[in-house]
Amino acid sequence: MKAEEIKILLEESFPNKPFELVENATPQGIVAPTESLVEVMTFLHANEQLYFDMLSCITGLDNGVEAGTMEVIYNLYSIPNDLHLMIKVLLDREKPEVDSLVELWKTADWQEREVYDMYGIHFNNHPDLRRILMPADWEGFPLRKDYEEQTYYRGMKVKY
Amino acid sequence: MANQVQYIFDNENLNRSAPQKFRQEDLKHDEMIVNIGPQHPSTHGVLRLEVVTSGEQIVEVVPHLGYLHRCFEKHAENLPYNQTLPFTDRMDYLAAMNNEHSFAMGVERMLGIDKDIPKRVEYIRVVVAELNRLASHFVALGSYGMDIGAVTAFFWMMRDREHILRLLEWVSGARMLYNYIWVGGLFYDLPVGFEERCLEFVQYLKPKLKELENVVIDNAIFVNRTANVGVLPIDLAINYGITGPMLRGSGLKYDLRKVDAYSVYPEIDFEIPIGKGQMGQLGDCWDRTWVRVQECYESIRIIEQSLEKLTKEHKRDRDFDPRAMVPKKIRPKAQDLYVRAENPKGETGFYFRADGRSDIPFRCKARGASFVNLSIINELAKGGQIADLIAVIGSIDIVLGEVDR
Repeated sequence: MKAEEIKILLEESFPNKPFELVENATPQGIVAPTESLVEVMTFLHANEQLYFDMLSCITGLDNGVEAGTMEVIYNLYSIPNDLHLMIKVLLDREKPEVDSLVELWKTADWQEREVYDMYGIHFNNHPDLRRILMPADWEGFPLRKDYEEQTYYRGMKVKY
Repeated sequence: MANQVQYIFDNENLNRSAPQKFRQEDLKHDEMIVNIGPQHPSTHGVLRLEVVTSGEQIVEVVPHLGYLHRCFEKHAENLPYNQTLPFTDRMDYLAAMNNEHSFAMGVERMLGIDKDIPKRVEYIRVVVAELNRLASHFVALGSYGMDIGAVTAFFWMMRDREHILRLLEWVSGARMLYNYIWVGGLFYDLPVGFEERCLEFVQYLKPKLKELENVVIDNAIFVNRTANVGVLPIDLAINYGITGPMLRGSGLKYDLRKVDAYSVYPEIDFEIPIGKGQMGQLGDCWDRTWVRVQECYESIRIIEQSLEKLTKEHKRDRDFDPRAMVPKKIRPKAQDLYVRAENPKGETGFYFRADGRSDIPFRCKARGASFVNLSIINELAKGGQIADLIAVIGSIDIVLGEVDR
């Protein structure tokens, strides 16, 4: 099933919600409305034709200060139907937050924590949103485009 | 600066940087917190586990990661694609070839040259990747035996792994971190005489694997320690995004070499072993280990067939240039791409965002199989004994380089 068909399915189930195809994406992708991400994912997970049971990868992305947006990209895979899909949500860079998918996929737990750790994107309703790779008292979010490392950490110079 | 102590010690430092999730006050009567790692051989690297126990029983396991975090993604955002390639070696350092293979495949797909790679290059890639898969499984099996008290297997496996490392050193010049598979080709053709030596080695390996099965896998003590321990049901495994031998151990025939049929794997005949619950329940630690051993046999089959092709159909040729397709300049069109491949630990994925204007990726995310596989440890270990926790960690087969990246 192509992303166009999935998009039509989504538009039928969620009238009045904007869905857009992502250009030049492999696997094909759809931009979903941020506020109804959980409903969209629940639909994709439960729909018999699609049945996306595996959430392979969650990627955070910062488009920079000028663009003023951040993205979270979800790579889904359906084992029984052999379907790939990329779901993308756009967030406001000033206050990046999106609903957590831990209820649907347990794998989202750590992957969302990693995105939070690197980008400071807040996942609502996440049961345990702590930093996962960086120390808990590290300042700033390292993968943001405007990140500048702190000068000293425990008296050690950070940048050499 | 050099002879000056820079680190300012404070008793509270650990609590600030890696605070425990559970506090002493919150524990119930009879419960206590045991800290395992980060420096402990059975955690297979620098993994720190905060374990809440009630007597010998485990109530909760909280892993603390990040002790081997080397900012792969930040490096990748600052370097051209071909210079990022050596960094992928250092992710899963026990299976560097497999990482390189998936990364190179992703960049080739972005450039649209993935169909033009010469067959000989692809077969060589498969041979070295499968050799590395064997080496990785050997470490997994050997150190797993060691974890639960079978020391012999460790020495045997390390001996055979040494042969593989020497073979790969002969090919690439490095023992563990190769930088051999390049975007669009290879660093160099196979050395003269490699095919014969490799075939000889593979023949030598088969009885050794049988020996391992006799001594460890079917050993009554080993079976008692691993059967019915850390049972992973298949639906939970999928929900947790588990891939690789762990998922196959739970009984799902899911191998990306077959599912995605990348490289020349569709031309090669091999089976996907799955767990059957022979010694206990389906998806226990024994099943996962057994799947790894069976996969070693399948890797040998793949290597044999590829070597056959490399000596007949796509044999050595004076004019063959493994760097013929290596692009002078890697500047993909603006696009998003997610590529995945079967690493010994599971699905290794790379997410690329190219902006079309530079040689440097706008974003490069690595999905480590070990990272995702490790996230299930609490579910597997909860309710069991502390000794079983060690058995569970070993059966997950993590490499901390890939967990922390």
